[in-house]
Amino acid sequence: MTAFPRKLAVLLALALSAGAAGARAQSAVADGQKLAFDRGKGNCLTCHAIKGGDLPGTIGPELKDLKTKYPDRNELTAIIYDETKRNPQTMMPPFGRNRILTEQEISAIVDFLQTL
Amino acid sequence: MKTRTSLLLGSLSAALVAFALTSPRVVAADKVDPVADAKAFQNFFFQKFPDVKHEDFVNGPYSMNADLKRQWQEKEEFPPYEFALDAGKEMFSTPFKNGKTYADCFPNGGIGIRQNYPYFDEKDGKVVTLELALNRCREANGEPPYSYVKDEMASLTAYMAFTSRGKPMDIKIPDDPRALEAFENGKRYFYTRRGQLNFSCASCHVQSPGERIRAEILAPALGILNAMPIYRSEWSGMGTTSRRFVTCNSQTRAVPLEPQSDEYRDVEYYLSYVANGLPISGPGARP
Ligand code: HEC
Ligand code: HEC
Repeated sequence: MTAFPRKLAVLLALALSAGAAGARAQSAVADGQKLAFDRGKGNCLTCHAIKGGDLPGTIGPELKDLKTKYPDRNELTAIIYDETKRNPQTMMPPFGRNRILTEQEISAIVDFLQTL
Repeated sequence: MKTRTSLLLGSLSAALVAFALTSPRVVAADKVDPVADAKAFQNFFFQKFPDVKHEDFVNGPYSMNADLKRQWQEKEEFPPYEFALDAGKEMFSTPFKNGKTYADCFPNGGIGIRQNYPYFDEKDGKVVTLELALNRCREANGEPPYSYVKDEMASLTAYMAFTSRGKPMDIKIPDDPRALEAFENGKRYFYTRRGQLNFSCASCHVQSPGERIRAEILAPALGILNAMPIYRSEWSGMGTTSRRFVTCNSQTRAVPLEPQSDEYRDVEYYLSYVANGLPISGPGARP
């Protein structure tokens, strides 16, 4: 008699927490987009076309399908942290190494990049 | 074609890295060869942009983009630098309080000589730019110097450039170790990465000319000073070479130097020398 409601409660709790996690992820994505577009922060549009951004530059490739290309988020983090490690000639600024962005900010941007 | 250019870029980049990694001591020991440098520099751009006429490189972003070039050619009917040109001509012919004029300070009365600046002054042991020579002329005649970045200085250099239009850049490096050192120092400054964003001048003007950085099309480093001074809508006015250097440094979050500091003078010497043979096109107008 009590089993059913308990199960319901568990399900409900699960659903709620999933919802909260979802909302948290969504807000990280939104933060990441803001940071990526902000001229004083990532300013990624200076060099990359990105869905939803105006007046992109053409120095870097369009940022899209990144989840396919870099399934491991650590790869994206590394590119933003310091792309000169992969390509010493790159024009891309070392956002982490030179403290243009914090680790938390980079993580939010990676969340956003994974939606592209 | 594509692979060829990227190979070229690759080898130039490799050369640049090698250059950046060499310690100053080794650089000093290496033979500095400006003639070979200029040749390699020009060939790099000629091969990277085979469709651009050689004399067109002096038109900055317009040489890289046909649409932009069309808009510019229309604008040239009523060039926005005209007011500066008129003012400069007037200033140039107006005597100082002591009765002398600018013409007294320059070879050939200052007409048609822009292509010879900057030059290396063997007495001073330093590079002298046109802007610097103009202020020295004023001070020698008891007049206060002008700001290096705009207004009067831009008007004067606009007029002097105009009287030299079409003349090939003709910078000399005298047989003096200090002149070679100035050239080398300018080259080093040009290729060294700096500031929080880690750019060198070459990142933008050698690696990426023709690309858009946001909405702006990057000018090629070849002939990049031949059009100076320039009118820029963004400035709503004229700017000198000094102004452009300071702007490029500060826009990339690097600490700009004082206008006419030794390093800026050396960069100007380097960039002008490697543009030898390309025509003076100043004053210029930019979007
Ligand atoms: C000044 C230019 C510039 C800026 C600003 C810039 N990038 Fe880049 N980026 C590049 C270039 C050029 C490449 C190509 C790879 C290379 O040069 O190593 C690149 C590559 C990438 C790649 C790999 C893309 C792929 O398809 O492999 C990612 C991801 C990336 N950038 C993300 C960013 C993010 C996020 C920002 C902002 C926080 C940013 N970039 C800002 C120039 C830039
Ligand atoms: C991150 C990019 C960047 C860097 C680094 C940079 N510039 Fe620029 N530069 C620009 C942009 C953008 C313009 C305006 C568009 C154009 O004309 O190229 C410009 C314009 C110029 C011009 C005028 C070109 C013309 O025809 O209008 C000169 C000269 C110049 N830069 C020299 C330098 C020098 C010297 C350095 C290094 C001290 C430097 N730049 C570093 C982006 C850069």
